[in-house]
Amino acid sequence: MNPIFEKGGKLYWLHSTVDAFETFLHVPGTVTRKGSHVRDAVDLKRILILVVIAAAPAALFGMWNVGYQHGLAMGQTGVHILEYFWFGFLKVLPLYIVSYLVGLGIEFAFSQARGEEVSEGYLVSGFFIPLIVPVDIPLWMLALAVAFAVIIGKEIFGGSGMNFWNPALLARAFLFFAYPNYMSGSDCWIAFRKGETAVADAFTGATPLALDGASAQYGTGFWDLFIGIVPGSVGETSVIAILLGAFVLLWTGIASWKIMCGSVAGALLVGWIGQAAGITDIPCYMQLLYGGFAFGTVFMATDPVTSCQTETGKWIFGLLVGMLCITVRFFNPGYAEGMMLAILLCNTFAPLIDHCVVSAHISRKEKKLKTA
Amino acid sequence: MSQNFVLKKGLDIPITGAASLNLAKTIFPDIVAVKPTDFKGITPRLLVKEGDHVMCGSPVLADKKNPDILITSPVSGTVKEIVRGDKRKLLAVLIQDDDLMESVDFGKKNFKDLDAAQVKQILLQSGLWPVLVQRPYGVVADPALTPDAIFVSAFNTAPLAPCSDFSYGNEFANVQTGLNALAKIAKVHVSLDANRPDSPFAKLENAELHCFKGKHPAGNVGVQISHIRPIRKGDVVWTVSLMGLAFIGRLLNTGRYDVSRKVAVTGPMAIEPCYIKTVPGAAIANLAPYYGTGDEPLRFIDGDVLSGVNVGRDGYLGFFCEQVTIIREGVDKELLGWIRPIRFHQFSTDHSYFSWLMPGRKYDMDTNLHGGERAFMMNDGYYAKFLPMDIYPIFLTKACLAGDIEKMEKFGIYEVLPEDLAVCEFVDPSKTDIQDIIAKGIDLMLKEMA
Repeated sequence: MNPIFEKGGKLYWLHSTVDAFETFLHVPGTVTRKGSHVRDAVDLKRILILVVIAAAPAALFGMWNVGYQHGLAMGQTGVHILEYFWFGFLKVLPLYIVSYLVGLGIEFAFSQARGEEVSEGYLVSGFFIPLIVPVDIPLWMLALAVAFAVIIGKEIFGGSGMNFWNPALLARAFLFFAYPNYMSGSDCWIAFRKGETAVADAFTGATPLALDGASAQYGTGFWDLFIGIVPGSVGETSVIAILLGAFVLLWTGIASWKIMCGSVAGALLVGWIGQAAGITDIPCYMQLLYGGFAFGTVFMATDPVTSCQTETGKWIFGLLVGMLCITVRFFNPGYAEGMMLAILLCNTFAPLIDHCVVSAHISRKEKKLKTA
Repeated sequence: MSQNFVLKKGLDIPITGAASLNLAKTIFPDIVAVKPTDFKGITPRLLVKEGDHVMCGSPVLADKKNPDILITSPVSGTVKEIVRGDKRKLLAVLIQDDDLMESVDFGKKNFKDLDAAQVKQILLQSGLWPVLVQRPYGVVADPALTPDAIFVSAFNTAPLAPCSDFSYGNEFANVQTGLNALAKIAKVHVSLDANRPDSPFAKLENAELHCFKGKHPAGNVGVQISHIRPIRKGDVVWTVSLMGLAFIGRLLNTGRYDVSRKVAVTGPMAIEPCYIKTVPGAAIANLAPYYGTGDEPLRFIDGDVLSGVNVGRDGYLGFFCEQVTIIREGVDKELLGWIRPIRFHQFSTDHSYFSWLMPGRKYDMDTNLHGGERAFMMNDGYYAKFLPMDIYPIFLTKACLAGDIEKMEKFGIYEVLPEDLAVCEFVDPSKTDIQDIIAKGIDLMLKEMA
C-alpha cells in the first residue's frame, strides 16, 4: 500500500477503504505470524461471494418477475423475457446502488474508526436487502433502513460477526414498522412507472384484506407459486430459483441443512395442525411456497452468525422459525407474512438456545466423568 | 485391557516434503544452544558462566521455583556465550562443542531396584526431568506431585511428522526400560496407531495399550487422554514422548546422559527430505545442504507446520525437536485469488474449492494467510468437524478471549493444549489465531491458579 495511506500519511483516513479495494483485487501477501504456519485457502470473501452466487438466480428471476407483474397489471399478455427483465433491472438497480452505497459507506467509516480491515459481511446483506423489499419502495426510505440496520444491527455490537440480528431482515423490519403504508396493501408489490395505475380487472392477486406479500399470494396456484410468477418482494417469489441457491449453499456446506430441514418440518407441522383444527383450509405444503418462507429458510435463517452455533441448537432454531412463521400467518390476518419476525425473534433467542444446549452437554459430560 | 478408538473428526494436511526413511547423516554441531524457552513453566536460573567446562548432563540452568529441576548440557564443551534479550531475559546459553561427548556418569541402574522416589531423583539429577510434561496446561511436571496416570503417544499424525517406528524402533529396549521406570511412579498408558499393527511398540509391556485410528490430531496425546481418561478439575496427569522414554532408558541402561535423536528434515522447500542424527540446540545453519542457497525467503520451523516454532535461519533446534519443516514465505500477492473458480495449487477443505475432488494430491504450501483477519463468522460446527474431543472449540476459544475462567473450565480448558486446536485454526476462514488465544487462556489459568 502507498505510504500516504499508512498511519501518519496524509490520506490515512482512507486506509480501510483502500485496503478493502486492494484486497478485493488480490489476495494480499500477508504471512502467518502466530500458530499454524500454513492456512487453508478459503477466506470469508470466498464464502460470502458464494452466498451471493447462490442468491443470484432468485435475484435475476426477481428482476424479470418485476417486469412481468408490471406487464400483467398493465394488461399485457405474453412472456417477453428481455423486455420484462430490462424493466425489472432498471427498477431494481437503484435499490442495489442505494443499498451498497449507504451500507458500505457506513461499514468503511466504522472500520476506519476502529482501525480494522473492512469486513465482507455487507457484501451479502447488501445483496439481500433489495431482494426482500417491495420494488417501488422510495429510495430515501431504503437508505434510512440500511443505515439503521448496519449501525444499530451490526456496528454498535462490533461489526460483522458480532451481530445477533440478521442485518438484512432488520432493514426490512425497520421499513415495516416505520413505513407500514409502503410495505403493505395490494399495490406495493407491483412496480409502476410514474403516473401509471393498474388496469383493475387484469390484476387478480390481491384481496382487500391482503396487506403483504404472503396474503397477496393466497389463492394462487401451486405452479405459479413454485415458479414464482406472483407479486411479492423482488427475490422471494420463485421457489425454484431459491432451491437452486439452497443446492449451492448445502453443497458447499455454508448453510446448515439442519436449520433448513428444521424450518420446513416446523412449517409443515404447524400447517398440518392448523388444517386439521380447521383454522385454515390451505394445505400445509402450500405454506412453504407463500411469501418469504422459502427465501427466509434458505438465505436468512441459515446465516451462520445469527443462527445457533451448536448442532442440536440448529434443529431447535430451524423448527422454531418454521413453526412461528406459520403460527403468525394463522393468527394475524392483518399481517400474514410471519417469516421476518419469526427469524428475528429466533435470532434473539439463538444465544439462549445455545446456552441451554451447551449447559445440557456440560452436565451430561460431568455425569459421565463421575461414573467413569 | 486394551481399547480401540476410532476418531471420525480431524484432517491430515496434504503437504509435500515427507522425509524418506533413511538416516542421511549425523551432524555434530560446533555450537549448541540450551534455550530455557523450550520448557514451559520454568523460570530459569543460570548455573554456569562463560568459559565454564560442561559435560553431557552437567547442569546449565535450574528452575527458580523448584531448584531440583535442572536443565543440563546436551554436549561436552565450554560455555561460549550467555544470550540475553530485552530486560536481560535469558534467551540461550551457547556451548562450544568439543565433539568428545563426555558424559557425567550417573551409573547404570536396574529399574527393579528403584522405587518411585529414586526414579524421580535420577531424572531430576540428570536433567531428563523436563521430558515429563504435566497436564493440565502442558508445563514441566512438578516432582512433588504424583500423577494419576502417565500417557505416551507412540505415533504422530501431525503434517510430515517423523515415523516413531523408524526413529525409535531400534531402541525398543531403551523405551521399555524408560517405561518400566515411569511405571514405578504411576500407571502408564501407551496409544498405538491402529493402522500399524506391526509396530514394535505393540509389544511394550508394563503399560496399558490403546489403539487409535483417525486423522490428525488423533496422534496428539491430549486427544488420546480425552478418550481414555478425560482430565477433570483437580486431576494431574503426565505425558512423555517415545523420545523421552528412550532417553530415560539410555540413562538407566548406560549411565550416560544421551539426548541425541533422529530429526526429520521435511517440508516443500527441503532438498531431499530425510532423517539426520543430531543433538538438541544444533543450529539451523548446520542443515544448509537441505535448503540450498537460493535467496527465496524461507521459514524454518522447529516442529510441524501446524504447531511448530518459527526459529529463523539463525535459530537453534529446541530440546523437544524431532522434526524441522522448511517452507516458503508466502509473500506474493495473488491477483483475484479468492474469486477464481479453481485454484489448482491451493488446498482447501471447504467445498467452495475443488481440492476435495483430488483426495490424494499433495500441495506445496507456503505461509500465506490467504485472507485477512476477521471476527468469527462461521459457527462452532464448522470447526468442531476437526476436533475429535467432546468440546465446543469456538465456545472455548471465545471464553479464553473473554478471560472468563469459569466458562473456560466448563468448556474444557483442562483437557486441551493449543496444538489440539491447530487444525481448527488451519481451516478458519476468519484467519484468527486460535492456538494463540488458547495459549493465552492457559497462561491466565496458570496465573490465577498459582
